[in-house]
Amino acid sequence: MTQSVTSRAGDTGTVDRPIIELRNVSKRFGRLVVLDGVSLQLHRGQTTVVIGESGTGKSVLLKHLIGLLKPDSGEVYFDGRRVDRLSPKQWVEVRRRFGMLFQGAALFDSMTAVQNVEFPILEHRSVSPSEARAIAMEKLRMVGLEEFADKKPAQLSGGQRKRVGLARAIALDPEVILYDEPTTGLDPIRADVINELILKLKRELGVTSVVVTHDMASAYKVADRIVMLCDGQFIADGTPDEIRHSTDDRVRRFVEGRADEDELASLRAESPK
Amino acid sequence: MVGWVAGLGRQTVEQFAAFGDFWRFVGRMWSWMPAGVARWRNLRLLMPQFYEVGTRSVPVIMITGTFVGLVLAVQAMDQLANVGLESRMGVLVNLSVIRELGPVLAGVMLAGRVGGALTAELGTMNVTEQIDALRAMGADPIRYLVVPRVLACLLLTPLLTFYCNLMGALGGWVVSVYVFNVPSEPYIAYSRQAIENWDLFYGSVKSLAFGGAIGSIACYKGFTCRFGAEGVARACTEGFVIGFIVILVLDFFLGLGLKTVYDTLYGFRSLL
Repeated sequence: MTQSVTSRAGDTGTVDRPIIELRNVSKRFGRLVVLDGVSLQLHRGQTTVVIGESGTGKSVLLKHLIGLLKPDSGEVYFDGRRVDRLSPKQWVEVRRRFGMLFQGAALFDSMTAVQNVEFPILEHRSVSPSEARAIAMEKLRMVGLEEFADKKPAQLSGGQRKRVGLARAIALDPEVILYDEPTTGLDPIRADVINELILKLKRELGVTSVVVTHDMASAYKVADRIVMLCDGQFIADGTPDEIRHSTDDRVRRFVEGRADEDELASLRAESPK
Repeated sequence: MVGWVAGLGRQTVEQFAAFGDFWRFVGRMWSWMPAGVARWRNLRLLMPQFYEVGTRSVPVIMITGTFVGLVLAVQAMDQLANVGLESRMGVLVNLSVIRELGPVLAGVMLAGRVGGALTAELGTMNVTEQIDALRAMGADPIRYLVVPRVLACLLLTPLLTFYCNLMGALGGWVVSVYVFNVPSEPYIAYSRQAIENWDLFYGSVKSLAFGGAIGSIACYKGFTCRFGAEGVARACTEGFVIGFIVILVLDFFLGLGLKTVYDTLYGFRSLL
């Protein structure tokens, strides 16, 4: 039985309006239902981690927050304003307040690292090219990559590309940063560097963060709150400690990294003797 | 049987949906065109595209035009010589090149070379989420990526076609005069008599339409390709095939329309 868990925002005891809110959002692709009437409230300054098995719709959920996808039904709110029906031009103002780190960093291949970081600055601020470069270099310094400023993405390692992507995401000093699988594809040491950067940005910039990941080590390290998506619904919502000690079998299997017994049985049946 | 009909119905609906989606894409592109030419920030995106679309296409256009002229002269010489009209070779070669073969073959070459490159580039950006990253940063990817590319195709296809026509005329003249010993003076004189400004206008209108079609289709295919290397490759192939077919269809309807306009304005014109 799928147990839907509604947002625990009210439990925090705060009366602050959530900075982002999803109300009964549903999304399907063809016959595949990815989000099935989910509701979620995200509060300022919190780091919320969304976990779930591969293909459960975590990235789809993330893209709804910044308008890269529109829900089939339901509503999305940002800072009290409904945003799921905004036109592309109306979204420009809203997106200035977001930064997003994509799974593969999504750096522009034809630009150097510093040019990638300059891009949103030149796009949205009335600054000279030298001022934009100075701001971009400051952001690269924050992620420890100022000496790689003039390298192209093809000349950078995976971890370095992610850090440049992060510098670009914070170029406009956003209020909200979205991270799509920030540690995927990185070795444990580089992954921890990204985790530390996420924590550093929260400390120094006071940003609200939403992290989509299936890396539990990363989730436990950076999260104030963890929610788990399964079959289009949230089945868990709590602090890292509460998730670690969850009594829901699906949650326990995921956080402990245990395969489903039925899947294991079919694998064993197929193995040659 | 029911499954087959349902599949056919689904494909038909998808094709109509894609057709409508393409025109929405073109509509958004045109809405950004004025800003594309009016602001310096957008104009500097145009220069690299001029190089990619224009400068790098010159060799292939030159070769195409030259060989079109050469082949036309070779194929037509015997028949014209048989009725004593060798000196009119220039009329046949130059009119054919300027009105039809230059625009169409230049268009097809550009659909392959430029269209394929545009689809591959934008398709790769699509599958690596660079286009989503543009949107996430509040930049409209159509303004930033599509408008400069389509503008470059629109402005440079007529210029490249003119160059193709020039090389075609030169190729035809070289073969006629130096291989088939047709006297040069009457060749050029009859050509000058036969070719009007309207013929140049005719070829330019076609090449403008072809350039717009090539750029729009190639960019749309790149934006909507499926994920993975296979998706990008399929989009490149489909983009070229659709572009090629659209060039042929546009050639027919534009030819018919322009001929009707000419006949209405000037009546029939004999070339012999």
